[in-house]
Amino acid sequence: MNDTTAENILEVQGVVMAFGGLMALFKPDFKVKRGIIKAIIGPNGAGKTTLFNIITGFFTPTEGTVRFKGRSIKKFKTHEIAARGISRTFQTVELFGNMTVLENVMLGCHTRVPTSFMASGFRLPGAKRKEEEMRDRALNILKFIGLADKFEEPADNLPLGQQKMLEIGRALATEPELICLDEPAAGLNETETYVASSLIKAINAKGITVLLVEHDMKVIMNISDEIVVLNYGQKIAEGTPEAIRDNSTVIEAYLGSEA
Amino acid sequence: METITLTGQIFQYLVTGITVGSVYAMVAVGFNIIYNVTEIINFAQGEFVMLGGLIMVFLHVAVGLPLILAFPATVALVTLVGVLLDRLAINPIRRPTVLSLIIATIAASILIKGTAMFIWGKDPFDLPAFSGRDPIIVLGAVIQPQYFWVIGFLVLIVIVLTFFFERTIIGKAMSACADNPDAASLVGIDVKRMVLLSFALSAAIGAVAGITMTPIALMEYDRGAMLAIKGFGAAVLGGLGSFPGAVIGGLILGVIESLGAGLISSGYKDAFALIVLLFVLFFKPSGIFGNIEISKIKRF
Amino acid sequence: MLRIGKLPIALFAGFIIIFPWVAGKVPAIGNYTDIMVFVGIYCLITIGLGLLMGYAGQISVGQAAFYGIGAYVSAILTTRYGLNPWFCMFIAVLVTGTIAFLVGTPSLKLKGHYLAMATLAFGIIVFIIFNEEIQWTGGPDGMADIPGLSIFGFELDSIEKYFYLVWGFVFVILIFTINVIQSDAGRALRAIHTSEAAANSMGVNVSKFKVLVFVYSAILASLAGSLYAHYLNFINPSTFDLFFSIKLLIMIALGGMYNIWGAIIGAGIITFLSYEWLHYFEEFEVIVYGAILLVVTIFLPNGLVGLPGMLKELFVRQKSNE
Repeated sequence: MNDTTAENILEVQGVVMAFGGLMALFKPDFKVKRGIIKAIIGPNGAGKTTLFNIITGFFTPTEGTVRFKGRSIKKFKTHEIAARGISRTFQTVELFGNMTVLENVMLGCHTRVPTSFMASGFRLPGAKRKEEEMRDRALNILKFIGLADKFEEPADNLPLGQQKMLEIGRALATEPELICLDEPAAGLNETETYVASSLIKAINAKGITVLLVEHDMKVIMNISDEIVVLNYGQKIAEGTPEAIRDNSTVIEAYLGSEA
Repeated sequence: METITLTGQIFQYLVTGITVGSVYAMVAVGFNIIYNVTEIINFAQGEFVMLGGLIMVFLHVAVGLPLILAFPATVALVTLVGVLLDRLAINPIRRPTVLSLIIATIAASILIKGTAMFIWGKDPFDLPAFSGRDPIIVLGAVIQPQYFWVIGFLVLIVIVLTFFFERTIIGKAMSACADNPDAASLVGIDVKRMVLLSFALSAAIGAVAGITMTPIALMEYDRGAMLAIKGFGAAVLGGLGSFPGAVIGGLILGVIESLGAGLISSGYKDAFALIVLLFVLFFKPSGIFGNIEISKIKRF
Repeated sequence: MLRIGKLPIALFAGFIIIFPWVAGKVPAIGNYTDIMVFVGIYCLITIGLGLLMGYAGQISVGQAAFYGIGAYVSAILTTRYGLNPWFCMFIAVLVTGTIAFLVGTPSLKLKGHYLAMATLAFGIIVFIIFNEEIQWTGGPDGMADIPGLSIFGFELDSIEKYFYLVWGFVFVILIFTINVIQSDAGRALRAIHTSEAAANSMGVNVSKFKVLVFVYSAILASLAGSLYAHYLNFINPSTFDLFFSIKLLIMIALGGMYNIWGAIIGAGIITFLSYEWLHYFEEFEVIVYGAILLVVTIFLPNGLVGLPGMLKELFVRQKSNE
């Protein structure tokens, strides 16, 4: 990584997303510098999750482009975007509930340790080695997120806090350069929130850029380097946490919508 | 017979196509009623039609009830089967998934089919036409009076359903379940009863289709599956969930089938509708009235 | 979904190896070896269908079509062109695989009911073709004089010999499929079943995997069809009708579609029911099948394989109630 020219890992430019007559996003232009934690905040329905869905290729925007590492992602499908280094979690946990904790993370290794149907079916020596490699990688990640002792539990049996951690772990297994976390602290108690915040910081310390949607302002102010504020699909402010805290437009948008 | 011109022939195919298409439209309307309330596709929908035909034959021909009594009695009995289907096959499933619901309705369909074979055997049955079999000749095409009964009942069903869904409390409650079951139960609508009602209503319409088509096409125990899949084709062609779509889809499918069988190959008669179904599923699964928002509003 | 050990496979292999010998000794079950040939043929189909439905969560109500295409390609190429049966079997697999790919690619974009109806429609269309293309298929009368199989000049001319051939295929496919299930590909399939969105964003090429497993299940059905044609030396369309597709569903639902052994147990029970135990019911066996399918769907969502687990859960719950 080059610190002198702060490279932008992600650029969102002129993106418009319309569902029928509803305008979910209207040109909320912003950039994400490599290596930082950037938060997207805004009232409900501001278009945050829609934006995530565009960045990860679930939606194709009506207009505009998203560039990842300088290249437009328009032509790529979701799984190709994952292979190129963007991973995500979901607002409502989307774990593979009937698979074990370990298997969930091993699935995340899918793109990094390519195997084939045939090789697996005939149990070729390579396939066995790769399976072991995936297992090792997954176990390392479980240690990192603090779930190593639960590796054989079905994911459904974990409490919500651990499920959220596991989802982050699974995303890490794809070895992303950019990880998009959709409300990682939602529904968590204070201790769990603290654990989540520390984990996000630890992920960032590994050099992974974090893009974060979150409602918990304490978390946001604590861990993010920069904040983008959306309202009704448009960007109304962008800057450091301190600048955002004192921004009158932001305060108005929040008070206006929540009062 | 040399007087039969190609235009006359095509007119004939159109007439029979519209008649057959009306039957498909009725089946499609039946699919939509259940789909709109429950999002279930009832694979046993065709069995209602089959039962309608065969029970009518039993009551009207074997027992000798007059048409005016046998008709409502048949509809009532088939409706009861619809109620039983919901109570015995759908309702008891504790954790319903798309897969388990598909399999449950398939199971019900072969149960009904097997029972029908047990009762009526494998031979097809005829039913006297409602107002005789003296055909009317128009432009060289033979039109059976029964055709008008089929088409007439489709029109009647459309009118009654429109009134039901737009003007009655129960109809509105059913529509509410379709739009948002959680909200519907919050405002005090008994969703389970609405599901039951949708099965009953759908069975009744199936029975009408069966009763009116039997004088034209006979009826036997194993007709259900093909009628179901063609009716589904009509529903998808029109846009699943849309009632005007079901009618138009049914008519188009009937005409395509009739023209295809007449002009291309009679052996492939059943294949045409299915090929149309596959094309629609592959290229425009949302159908003609495919916009979900529009089809939600356009409940007649 | 847990790991499948080597021991059950070895025990099952032992059972299969001695089966013809035991059946030969006991007159009451003398014809069971013949029935077990059909069980093996159906197992090939249900193993693929179980992988498709139970693991990947994609329904197919048209599997009889692939079974039929395999049988007819083998029959047509051997009887009309005199080609080597093994070569024909290979061609049949290629043909079926290609058709499955062409049909599967657009179909598997569909979900749930739509996919079920698409495969159902496809199955019926293929069935109509078998009946109508008389110059190729012989129409409703079917095709006779399909040659038997031989290996390097060694004729598989007895039921016992064919039994070992078919079950040899079953074991190869079984082990291959178990290996796939217990690998990255198996995890990917199960992931698709639970959440396509999450699988996709973890880098799983969801549409590729769905088509791949659909083609795999079709190829297995094709193989089964070829083996069936060469065993009976005669085929006609009624074997490959819609009801057979439904019977396959009953097999995997009864055995338990979330477990590979379920596919085998289901195929075994339903085949014995229809060839032996339901003779008394004649054509009305369809009522029995309907009842089985309904009861299983309502009370045994995981099939017979899931029964021990259910009983255990029930037992534990009752104990905690006391």
